[in-house]
Amino acid sequence: MPTTQSTATLQSQPPLDSGLRPGVFRRVLGIVGVQNISLLMAIALVVAVIGSQNPLFFTVGNLRVIGTAIAISGLLAVVQTIVIIMGALDISVGSIAGLTSVSSAMIFTATGPFIGVVGAIGIGMLCGLLNGCIIVFGRVNPVIATLATLAAYKGVAQLISDGRAQGYTGADGFFVFLARGTLLGVPTLIWVLVIIAVLAHVLLRYTSVGRNIYAVGGNDIASRLAGININRYIIGVYVATGAIAAIAGVLITARTGSGQPVSGSEGLELEAITAAALGGAALKGGKGTIAGTILAVILLGILTNGMTLLGVNSFWQNVAKGALLIVAVVIQQLRSGERRIGLPG
Amino acid sequence: MVKTPEQAASAREQAPPGTVLLRATGIEKSFGPVRALQGVQLELRAGEVTALMGENGAGKSTLLKILTGDLQPDAGTLALAGTEVTFTDPRQSRLAGLRVIAQEPEVLLHVSVAENIYVGALGRQGLFFNRAALFARAEADLRQYGFEKVIRPETLGSELSPAQRQIVEIMRALVDSPSVICFDEPTSSLGDEEVVILFRLIRRLRDEGIAIGYVSHRMHEIFELSDNITVLRDGKFVGTKTTAETNHVELVRMMVGRDLSQFFHRDPVVPGETVLELRGVSNAHVSDIHLEVKAGEVVGVSGLVGAGRSELMKTIVGDLRIDSGQLLMGGVTANFRTPADAIAAGIGFAPEERKAEALLLQRSVRDNVALARLRNLSRWIFVRSSDEKALAAEYIARLGIRTPSSDQLVGNLSGGNQQKVVLARWLATHPRLLVLDEPTRGVDVGAKAEIYAIIDELAQAGVAVLVVSSELPEVIGLSDRIYVMAGGRITGELARDHVTEEQILALAMDEAAADSDLSTSHS
Repeated sequence: MPTTQSTATLQSQPPLDSGLRPGVFRRVLGIVGVQNISLLMAIALVVAVIGSQNPLFFTVGNLRVIGTAIAISGLLAVVQTIVIIMGALDISVGSIAGLTSVSSAMIFTATGPFIGVVGAIGIGMLCGLLNGCIIVFGRVNPVIATLATLAAYKGVAQLISDGRAQGYTGADGFFVFLARGTLLGVPTLIWVLVIIAVLAHVLLRYTSVGRNIYAVGGNDIASRLAGININRYIIGVYVATGAIAAIAGVLITARTGSGQPVSGSEGLELEAITAAALGGAALKGGKGTIAGTILAVILLGILTNGMTLLGVNSFWQNVAKGALLIVAVVIQQLRSGERRIGLPG
Repeated sequence: MVKTPEQAASAREQAPPGTVLLRATGIEKSFGPVRALQGVQLELRAGEVTALMGENGAGKSTLLKILTGDLQPDAGTLALAGTEVTFTDPRQSRLAGLRVIAQEPEVLLHVSVAENIYVGALGRQGLFFNRAALFARAEADLRQYGFEKVIRPETLGSELSPAQRQIVEIMRALVDSPSVICFDEPTSSLGDEEVVILFRLIRRLRDEGIAIGYVSHRMHEIFELSDNITVLRDGKFVGTKTTAETNHVELVRMMVGRDLSQFFHRDPVVPGETVLELRGVSNAHVSDIHLEVKAGEVVGVSGLVGAGRSELMKTIVGDLRIDSGQLLMGGVTANFRTPADAIAAGIGFAPEERKAEALLLQRSVRDNVALARLRNLSRWIFVRSSDEKALAAEYIARLGIRTPSSDQLVGNLSGGNQQKVVLARWLATHPRLLVLDEPTRGVDVGAKAEIYAIIDELAQAGVAVLVVSSELPEVIGLSDRIYVMAGGRITGELARDHVTEEQILALAMDEAAADSDLSTSHS
């Protein structure tokens, strides 16, 4: 029935045919986005290449390995995306995760798991609040401000822990559940990432708060003149970033069985920025999606895992990741058609 | 095709006075739908000062940018000393011996005057540049042009006054021994004594056989300095006059003479209650502003660029602080600390720089229209998508915004439709007072007429409208009353019935004259 109808339409109005199919294609493209389509294609390519070389890649066990490996950096990438959409950057997330990892384990040892987690999130939020206040009231560029707190928070973590791993959470049911438990067959770590990612997606896509975050990043003068309280948004986003970084810190503690001041979290901020940029977030703000970032996190996770399976040494893995980021961003910039003069906008 | 400085310099020495050194013919330039220049011509002769005049938006700046190669013309030719040239960037025009002195020169703040002058061409000895030699060279060059008492080679860029910055820019130009120098409103930030020094220099350069272009709004300067005057209007060449054979009245007529009155349809409205009143408002940008706007009234604010019009608008909408004086909304003293306060009090504001200050170019028409009303369209923090779509659809229809859908990115719309999106954003808040800063800048003629109709309709509905416009026919055609500003002050208030463009220009152009008119104006 539908077939005959469409044939009839085609026969009666032949010109429509040529316009119809690109239209549908375009609409799909519009919904998924060019950026995400290219990421999906890149993922498919990487999966095909690695899968053909090593069938172990497709086992459920390996998928879990990939999932749990990306959960922590994925959390930070999601929240970094929000910061970048707002036109800022937070380099201190790794240090906040380290600080909260140590403090969650120490508070846990003194009290219990619940207060340990809540306390860590509170500390994370305080760190974020300090970042936001330095930026807004001290008028410090976000990169510089969080570069400073990156060092300072790491130092605090080392001070309170004397530079050593703290506490032992490996015997606690809650922390073990976080690290190795499953719900409906899916590891808890992946659930945490999925829940935070969905919340962030909903926030950005369907709420006035999210819309205003895009507005502040896209044009801060227009936002101010439209009555948006920009300072409140900047501080709010940094506090939320601190909270999510603290959750990442708790997960680090759970996975390693103790609070890690530095070793579990160092370099995570760069992975997070890498994923956000690869996912299409523009560092000048106003542009980016959680879906894109998650796809980029998955791509990077598969790439790392696959290269390990194929026995590529980790030095070359770093080179490959760096090259991927540069290729992705160069393609993105060339498509924008910006004039090639001076520093890119 | 492009000459070296040496060639240019020799061309200059050889050129007898009166030789045409720069000839631009048939210059065309469009920005999207806006035709900024159409068939413009300009001749600059050796040993003569040619003034370039025209209203704001007449195309003077665009023409200068084309001369330097900052912009490329769509059609037309440039010839330097008889040779046709094409410049694709400002460096080429500089090498060919043509310099434009910017109105507000860029000065490196943290280095000395000497380094600022020779930036990009610092002399070197081996790997290192010789600071002492550089300073000596600067000292000598400054003395040669009579600036040695006004500016020191070792002063830091950040400590320079506007006039001194201008001198640095002129010295930079002279280093290349150019054959043509254009000044873009050089006196707008200078004091009287500094103007005297500048004029002495310009005359001296002229006597050396350099062809001088001089853009200015100030009539008396032009009559004092220039040999010829070229007038542009709406991007078109109107004519060139010999200064000795023309007068004020003729020039003003050449600059403004046109009839746009058929565009404007203002149904008379009996003004309602006073919506906005300013009593002696002053801050860093404006001083002692008295002004009122009644419901149903369209009030125009005219003046030249830099008169403080935009700053006054930003003060009214709470973006700039009031230092003294009172702002009353609906008869009640209001104290707006942020634009959000002004919006809550019923003020909508479409700023002058549409792209930089109003639009989210990467977001959809719908997002842009809803921006100032998002809270009302939301349940808690969740945006009610159906209400938002309905709102966007309503204003797309009402203002005739031409867009394929409300999902279209605003950056892809034409200037006129972008401006309508900004208007839609504020109409959606149902304002009592609408402040529009240059609402038709960069908008094509058809969309202009539509925007005028929207403004008229709003006034009919009882909205108080305050419009800043640099186009005199527009401000006269639209407004029930007009305030003219100069130097951060209101220099006159004119009623619609007896206002002429000449009157407005007189109030706007000569601050001294405007001051003496103050007694007859609104106080």
